[in-house]
Amino acid sequence: MKKLIGTIVLITAILSFQTAPKKQVPAKPVTNTTAPATGIRVSIIRGQDVYLKQCLACHQANGSGVTMMNAPLAGAKAVIANDKAKLINIVLKGMKGVEIENEIYNNVMAPHPELTDQQIADALTYVRNSWKNKASAVLPSEVAAVRNAGKKKK
Amino acid sequence: MKKILFYFFGMMAFTFSASAQGKPAPDADNAGLKLPAGFGALKVAENLGRARHIVVTTQGDVYIKLDRAVNGKGVLRLHDSKGNGKADVITGFGNYGGTGITIKNGYLYASSNTEVFRYKLNDKNEVINPDAPDKIITGLGTGQHPSKSLILDNDNHIYVNQGAYSNSCQEQDRTAGSKGKMPCPVLNDAAGIWQYSPDKLNQTQADGIRYATGLRNVVGFDWNQQTNSLFVMQHGRDQLFQNWPEFFNEKQSAELPAECMYEIKKGDNAGWPYIFYDQIQHKKILAPEYGGDGKKEGGADAINPTVAFPGHLAPDGLLFYSGNMFPAKYKNGAFIAFHGSWNRAPLPQEGYYVVFVPFKGGKPSGDWEVFANGFSGLTEVKNPNDAQHRPCGLAQGPDGSLYVSDDAKGTLYRIIYNGK
Repeated sequence: MKKLIGTIVLITAILSFQTAPKKQVPAKPVTNTTAPATGIRVSIIRGQDVYLKQCLACHQANGSGVTMMNAPLAGAKAVIANDKAKLINIVLKGMKGVEIENEIYNNVMAPHPELTDQQIADALTYVRNSWKNKASAVLPSEVAAVRNAGKKKK
Repeated sequence: MKKILFYFFGMMAFTFSASAQGKPAPDADNAGLKLPAGFGALKVAENLGRARHIVVTTQGDVYIKLDRAVNGKGVLRLHDSKGNGKADVITGFGNYGGTGITIKNGYLYASSNTEVFRYKLNDKNEVINPDAPDKIITGLGTGQHPSKSLILDNDNHIYVNQGAYSNSCQEQDRTAGSKGKMPCPVLNDAAGIWQYSPDKLNQTQADGIRYATGLRNVVGFDWNQQTNSLFVMQHGRDQLFQNWPEFFNEKQSAELPAECMYEIKKGDNAGWPYIFYDQIQHKKILAPEYGGDGKKEGGADAINPTVAFPGHLAPDGLLFYSGNMFPAKYKNGAFIAFHGSWNRAPLPQEGYYVVFVPFKGGKPSGDWEVFANGFSGLTEVKNPNDAQHRPCGLAQGPDGSLYVSDDAKGTLYRIIYNGK
């Protein structure tokens, strides 16, 4: 029993140590000197509009997706990950079914290259900051960089 | 401890007295379901996993196919040793997920998303060798619309659906404005029903016969003993508004196309992806991927539906009722389990109920009606994953009870008639 308690304490300590740096993330936009402090909020509001038109039909109003069919966004690690390029690529190129935490989602996601850099940045900023998701904004310049890198490969 | 034992024996006495009545008592709240007058319901078991299709033996045991195996068991057997309607002995086997399960002529058949197995049954309909089934079909395609439903006819054939790995056969699947491939290659190896032998081992699709085509995705189907023919429920295509906003608005896209019941004869074509059925215009409409605008008709060679339901309700179970427990109007009629929609957002979702269609002489004899509702636990479902339960499989018990599975929380419902 003592061992068990010890293990729990240890795990808790490790977890809190690991999550500690993440808690500082909300303060990070300060380093983004090009955007005003309200930038992310404005982007989220614009992003919601894009989400309603382009994403909601499959990913649903609460971002839960649909079990066995459409991938969830709420609580999804890939959505709030620091690797924004991967996320931007999914929007630009679409996706063919995906496995997330042992759950298989079979439906195909359409690519959305027709959306502007601003629209994709706003939509991703919205999904990264909705339904208890919390992550840094995606900037149009970051979308442009991924889009151009994809073009060069061709 | 003594008190517990006392309580235990008290319960035993109570349950034995219940079993003497023959018919189990419904739960006080009818298992949370809303049913027509005279009907009641009980939960046979809960938290079973993703319970897809089900079958009940003549002894009253229930076999359930789980979409995902739980603790290495993808097929569950539920036994009620006390006769109170509650499963108290639950065993399992078959370490694979899937949907299809059925019993015919001394064998239990079950499917993964790529294979079909059969298990020999003893005279009590118990599986003799659960770890060594015959693999009768293998190598079936999977992906989008992966489930493989199973049914046998009376002439020693087994039927397996093969769902389309596409929404509407566009050059770029589910993408706004993308045209349909012509001809649609998906029809070659999917979007239909294939007929196989139930006795031969290791058959591939090439060994089967394409029995019907132009069916986008069928999950619920049944062999109608009255007509001696196959009836199927098709899941209609998605995203008319999202992909073709110039022709359809959000409301039209939520209601269209119809979820269709078809009676299938060998060689039939139901028209996917070139057409869809519009239950409001009562017409086969040319799909926008193939030059349609929501009004142009098409599909001269495609069969008409037997019944057309509103769009996206997701029919996952079909059962023709042959029991004697329910009132006469239900005899030979069709029950359909509608799993519930997702492609109606931002409008409210629909379905999440079991409907009934009366039949006479093998044809519908009246309008469909909602028979069992309340599975979702909500007055309005906005997000599909908010629904507490989602009806999927249907089966008839030896006494005429109707069983309904739920693949969200793994509840098995049993609906009984107590009226006069």
